Amino acid sequence: MSTTATHAPAHDDHHNAPTGIVRWLTTTNHKDIGTMYLLFALLMFFVGGAMALIIRLELFQPGLQYVQPEFFNQMTTMHALIMIFGAVMPAFVGLANWMIPLQIGAPDMALPRMNNFSFWILPFAFTLLLSTLFMPGGAPASGWTLYPPLVQQTGDALPFVILAIHLMGISSIMGAINVVVTIMNMRAPGMTLLKMPLFTWTWLITAYLLIAVMPVLAGAVTMLLTDQFFGTTFFHAAGGGDPVMYQHIFWFFGHPEVYIMILPAFGIISEIIPTFARKPLFGYDAMVYATASIAFLSFIVWAHHMFTVGMPLAGQLFFMFATMLIAVPTGVKVFNWTATMWRGAMSFETPMLFAIAFLFLFTIGGFSGLMLSIVPADYQYHDSYFVVAHFHYVLVPGAVFAIMAGVYYWLPKWTGHMYDETLGKIHFWLSVIGVNVTFFPQHFLGLAGMPRRIPDYATQFANFNMMSSIGAFIFGLSQLMFVYIIFKAIRGGAKATAEVWDSPKGLEWTVPSPAPHHTFDEAPQVK
Amino acid sequence: MAHAPGKYYVPHGSWWPIVGSIGLFVLMLGAANALNGSGFGWPAFVGLGIVLFMFFGWFRDVIRESVAGYYSAQVDRSFRQGMIWFIFSEVMFFAAFFGALFYARTLAVPWLGGEGVGFFTNLLLWDGFEAGWPTDGPANVGGEFTPIGPLGLPAINTAILLTSGVTLTIAHHALRDGKRATLLGFLGATWLLGFIFLGLQAYEYVELYRDYNLRLDTGIYGSTFFMLTGFHGFHVALGALMLVVVWLRCVKGHFTPKQHFAFEATAWYWHFVDVVWLGLYLFVYWF
Repeated sequence: MSTTATHAPAHDDHHNAPTGIVRWLTTTNHKDIGTMYLLFALLMFFVGGAMALIIRLELFQPGLQYVQPEFFNQMTTMHALIMIFGAVMPAFVGLANWMIPLQIGAPDMALPRMNNFSFWILPFAFTLLLSTLFMPGGAPASGWTLYPPLVQQTGDALPFVILAIHLMGISSIMGAINVVVTIMNMRAPGMTLLKMPLFTWTWLITAYLLIAVMPVLAGAVTMLLTDQFFGTTFFHAAGGGDPVMYQHIFWFFGHPEVYIMILPAFGIISEIIPTFARKPLFGYDAMVYATASIAFLSFIVWAHHMFTVGMPLAGQLFFMFATMLIAVPTGVKVFNWTATMWRGAMSFETPMLFAIAFLFLFTIGGFSGLMLSIVPADYQYHDSYFVVAHFHYVLVPGAVFAIMAGVYYWLPKWTGHMYDETLGKIHFWLSVIGVNVTFFPQHFLGLAGMPRRIPDYATQFANFNMMSSIGAFIFGLSQLMFVYIIFKAIRGGAKATAEVWDSPKGLEWTVPSPAPHHTFDEAPQVK
Repeated sequence: MAHAPGKYYVPHGSWWPIVGSIGLFVLMLGAANALNGSGFGWPAFVGLGIVLFMFFGWFRDVIRESVAGYYSAQVDRSFRQGMIWFIFSEVMFFAAFFGALFYARTLAVPWLGGEGVGFFTNLLLWDGFEAGWPTDGPANVGGEFTPIGPLGLPAINTAILLTSGVTLTIAHHALRDGKRATLLGFLGATWLLGFIFLGLQAYEYVELYRDYNLRLDTGIYGSTFFMLTGFHGFHVALGALMLVVVWLRCVKGHFTPKQHFAFEATAWYWHFVDVVWLGLYLFVYWF
């Protein structure tokens, strides 16, 4: 299982390194910690995925077949919390841990012990979160946004979910501080900011977002906690508070949070497309500025999640136009990726397939987002399956495909072995078909009026729901292949060269494959 | 622990992260149980103990490495930047509560009073409620209360914290000039002022609960007042403890006029706590 145990002995400079579990508990090595993050994310991907399949199983046919409505709501809530905080975010942090020091020529992350602390908090946080499934009243069933007053009907689970979120927040903030400090302080001589690989750039901006908004989430859920247990009235109108206030504070966190889950994906795609198009990235500077613009805009668009809540017209107009502005820098990115491929000497290995699928499918998610940003139209779409289709298009073939692309792209660097290209391609095609069969019909369901977060539906929605469920099982089960391919590559396979691909750019391709336990002890010179 | 000079120091194998994670887990488990009213709340104290043990051991290791000269200027920069971003995250935590205060005062309460789109809310649900501040809401949650003004104790506390900022700066200059007696005196005065602030704040809380009927559950005013001042007080307590630790380290002679990052980080933290108080004084007590 260890991806770094196979490195050449010549590179091992600490001879009494602990082995077994102690190594992983006490490690300060960015590659070890990156590996743990990635494996943890993979585990959570399956836990959250199992919940998604329970949801789709129940929705296979109208009527209640397998679960009770309360449990169904617990599944939607827990699926979201686990996928966001347990799968997507840790996967990106794992990639950051592995790749940022390699990309900027640093010997390790800037604060190595805190790095390990960030990781080890997570398994405990998710133990707390998952334990709520077995409590009186069950897991939280309010949706991951935890809106009051609904969330205050939660049973014993409420303080557990809130304190688990606090732990995840502590972990994220420490991880983000580590990323910022590493990038700002640990770059090799000559690695100026505008020479940094885009994955590093997008993560730098993501880390700023994390430091800015995770504490705001902590504040919001703390107010929920005191409202519930200590008699404060932040979200009670009777005491002069307002439940809508929670939504504002939550989405002030929540909107930057959705970009936290997509900006590193942009970075990965910006690494992969140039490699397999065999051309430098088109418009590097514009990519950096577009990322920064998207991050800035993410702070002033939050209320587009709550257009129907009854806010003043001026607020609706401001948030609608600010939201539409995001299409500009995002369009710059999509254009640049496309222009990078223009007249390139393209080849279609698995990472590139996932990257191209990302480009098409993320753009669909972006367009449906634009539709949702139009206030009068949003009055129709709000809380419907159209919204579910929208954010799953940006998160699954968006963020998750980018993570998979990144894993295939860098797996040979981590393990020293090529993954099985044939299996990788099969995995890709099953995934891309599964994802579209799952989520495309949900657009139609939403436009036809099917509400989200509901275990039963009117019979006119039956066909599309059945299609969606079939797609979900295709997608879910094909991910078992992903696990198989990863572990197969860890255990063996064709030897990877240092470059792995055809003349890829970046310092990570100058170190051997697998990357030795310690890299760049002597800082490389970047010209 | 072989460490070549001139290279970035990467520590090997530390148990503190996993100890801290277990501590946090036990702490949260106990706290959640206590909130649910189960008798299984005592682990919170065990967890807190483990977390404190972690801080103690972790910082002991760091201090040893620092004294042994492992830390280059680059490592020093990492610590500095890390501290700055940690303080920024704290600022954003307070921003959430300040945001709640501003939202309630300028939007939620006026709407309940019938302003703008709130006309029918007021007419149908809260007829007769007139918006104003301070308020405990249309249902008078917590009953009649007397708000607290900016004069008296809060003004004294403001003076105390501002003075502590000055004494801290004098102590810093003394450290840089190598004047040991001045350093110890003024740094000691700083944490003493911090604890005096906390004492007065506690006295104020008692008075508010007993004589003013102003409590945490006194509607939105009580909620914002006690959550803002309470979290601030908690941060003052942390900052004062940090100052005591730094003071003890000064007594032991850990710092040199050129190398004293722990002192500076604590000073930044103290100034941050100071600035938050100014925000509180202006927006919670005064206006």
